[in-house]
Amino acid sequence: MKDMIKGSEIVCKALLKEGVDTVFGIPGGAILPLYGTLNKFPELRHILTRHEQGACHAADGYSRTTGRVGVAFATSGPGATNLITGMATAMMDSVPLIAITGQVGRPAIGTDAFQETDITGATLPVTKHNYLVMRASDLGPIIHEAFYIAKTGRPGPVLIDIPKDVFDELASYDYKRDSQIDLPGYDPYMKIDENQIEKAVELINEAQKPVILSGHGVIISRAQEKLLELAEKAQIPVVTTLLGISSFPENHILSTGFPGMHGMAYASITLDEADLIIGIGSRFDDRIVGNAKRFGKNSKKIHIDIDPAEINKTVKIDAPIIGDIDGVLKILNPKINTQNHIEWLKQVEHIKAEHPSLAIPESDKLLGQQVIKTLSDITKGDAIICTGVGQHQMWAAQHYQFTKPNTWISSGGLGTMGFEIPSAIGAQVAAPNKTVWSICGDGGFQMTIGELATVAENKLPIKYAILNNNHLGMITQWQDMFYDGQRNAETYSGNPDFVKLAEAYGIKGIRVKNQEDIKKAINDANKHDGPVIIDFVIEKVDYVYPMIPAGGSVDELIEEEKK
Amino acid sequence: MNQDKLYRRTVVALVHDKPGVLARISGLFRRRGVNIESLAVGHSEKPLFSRMTFVVAGSENSVKNISNQLNKLIDVVKASDISEKNYVSRELALIKVTCNQSQRVELLELSKIFRVNVVDVGINNMTFEIAGGKSKIDSFVELLDQFGVIEIMRTGRIATLRGSTKVGLNDGEFSEIENTNIYVSEDDSSGSV
Repeated sequence: MKDMIKGSEIVCKALLKEGVDTVFGIPGGAILPLYGTLNKFPELRHILTRHEQGACHAADGYSRTTGRVGVAFATSGPGATNLITGMATAMMDSVPLIAITGQVGRPAIGTDAFQETDITGATLPVTKHNYLVMRASDLGPIIHEAFYIAKTGRPGPVLIDIPKDVFDELASYDYKRDSQIDLPGYDPYMKIDENQIEKAVELINEAQKPVILSGHGVIISRAQEKLLELAEKAQIPVVTTLLGISSFPENHILSTGFPGMHGMAYASITLDEADLIIGIGSRFDDRIVGNAKRFGKNSKKIHIDIDPAEINKTVKIDAPIIGDIDGVLKILNPKINTQNHIEWLKQVEHIKAEHPSLAIPESDKLLGQQVIKTLSDITKGDAIICTGVGQHQMWAAQHYQFTKPNTWISSGGLGTMGFEIPSAIGAQVAAPNKTVWSICGDGGFQMTIGELATVAENKLPIKYAILNNNHLGMITQWQDMFYDGQRNAETYSGNPDFVKLAEAYGIKGIRVKNQEDIKKAINDANKHDGPVIIDFVIEKVDYVYPMIPAGGSVDELIEEEKK
Repeated sequence: MNQDKLYRRTVVALVHDKPGVLARISGLFRRRGVNIESLAVGHSEKPLFSRMTFVVAGSENSVKNISNQLNKLIDVVKASDISEKNYVSRELALIKVTCNQSQRVELLELSKIFRVNVVDVGINNMTFEIAGGKSKIDSFVELLDQFGVIEIMRTGRIATLRGSTKVGLNDGEFSEIENTNIYVSEDDSSGSV
């Protein structure tokens, strides 16, 4: 039949129909038929990463920056298993991703063939859904269904495993036919229950001391404007979760920081003093809640979320609303009374004044906090900030003032070190005209350091700021605080010379050892028309404060180092 | 929280009938440390869909949200925790006991009382087929103990709600939040790192 095309072409055509313009990946034996077809589809830009984990994190960064579905390619066996950390990262943070993996040919499946792994089995717990495609004629419907699942409802990663010979098998592709979605029981556009709304409206209108806890869901749902409207109409202070950062402008008078383990003390205290906590697109994570019995003991709780399984998971909820946040707020906001909450806002201001939380310790040494603060002052919230995981991440969350949505790209749920280099690649590819800064630790930086080659190759003008203390800083902090100072395996004495390393990749390298030089280095990096790595040699041991120990509550809050 | 106390839930689910569905569901139970005490799967009234009945047991926390979690699986059309609802459940068991000729009459008497079928008789053994609720089967097994039970095969329970309600497709209803009533307020944060 004349309409018959190869499976690999169906994959490319379906990706283009889904609006994909960029994929990140690495070829290998089982996926070579797909790579053999890519030349026919120049509209699909392929970015060659150096490790599949890098490809997955880059697709993740791309997705978080644009809200669109990121795509990663990998081969069977080790290629596919290398994606798992990236999939788990995306799963925890509800990031829509599609991973396409090659699989050994159908006759070889189950024979322990070369580079064979049961990747659909292995990724069951870290994907929203996954597929093993056994016929080329299934490719079209499955790819469109996979995108639908990845981006609707609570988004998440979806893996499609395609045997090598399926790429070569002939089948027809018809977008109209193949994009019909028939998924009984999967209803991401569920109706919003008016009764649930009424109950919440009542609580909000009656509350004397309400506070909004705004999470990642607000950003995913693109509901920032509705959130602002609600907060301003009823004059409700807004604390964001770690991933909710950038869902509410931090230069707004109602912005009250982020709470929890390393959040601002005033945010945690405000949550504790409130008589109503309105959780919006937040899953009341253990890093915020700590001791679930003690959390928000004075308050009633509203929880707006698209995922019914999140209701009552950690915290008892008085009024849940299930639905897409933008849709819920559209109905809810007009029903909310205009209020001023003068007394309560005065109290919050007082809490902020009493617990400033963000004082940078007096020191003539170079500190990580100073670097972030200076970066924030210079870029004025205009940059996209990517991070790894650890002290530098917490300092970035604390000291950078975020004012624009989708400018904070960080692995919150899984806490994936090594996210900093590749996620910035995805962000820069997605937003070529934006300034992308990646705040890195010297530990995480070395976990995916090979991706610097990807940065250099694609001339991506990313600015990497390594807060280098030759330590796993957060590990040192925990060993000192909770393990009787029994330091072990926390020192990196074999770190490379990061400036020379940058130069080896053809990347501009700058070293900063003194506070006086921070500003110049950042300005120089911003002016440089290409990638830059700044090695900030910061104080060896410094702790992140405030801190609430794991499982603790605001009662155990440590605001600053005991002198 | 009493970690040792087991909470038993009966869950009925309408699922897609294709490879890997059971692995997804059992993976969800495994991850939460929930034990599957019985499991019965079979075709439903709709082609391409199966109905499953699980009896699962786990800590209060691990089972409290189980149907909401199941409903997140794409291959699960609808799962419902019917433990607190009005339902009937049945299972089938085949029980093989040793018996000499002199015991046969006594065993046949017992089988009449329990309305049990004899499906096989050997020179020194006998196999019964019993259908019913869990307690009926348990009592019968207890009685047979004195004769020497060789083997018990049980299908696992199947359950259905009383009346015309069924666990199936959601006809434009609001998304349910199930089992909010078994919320645990105990400090359960001790496991966090």
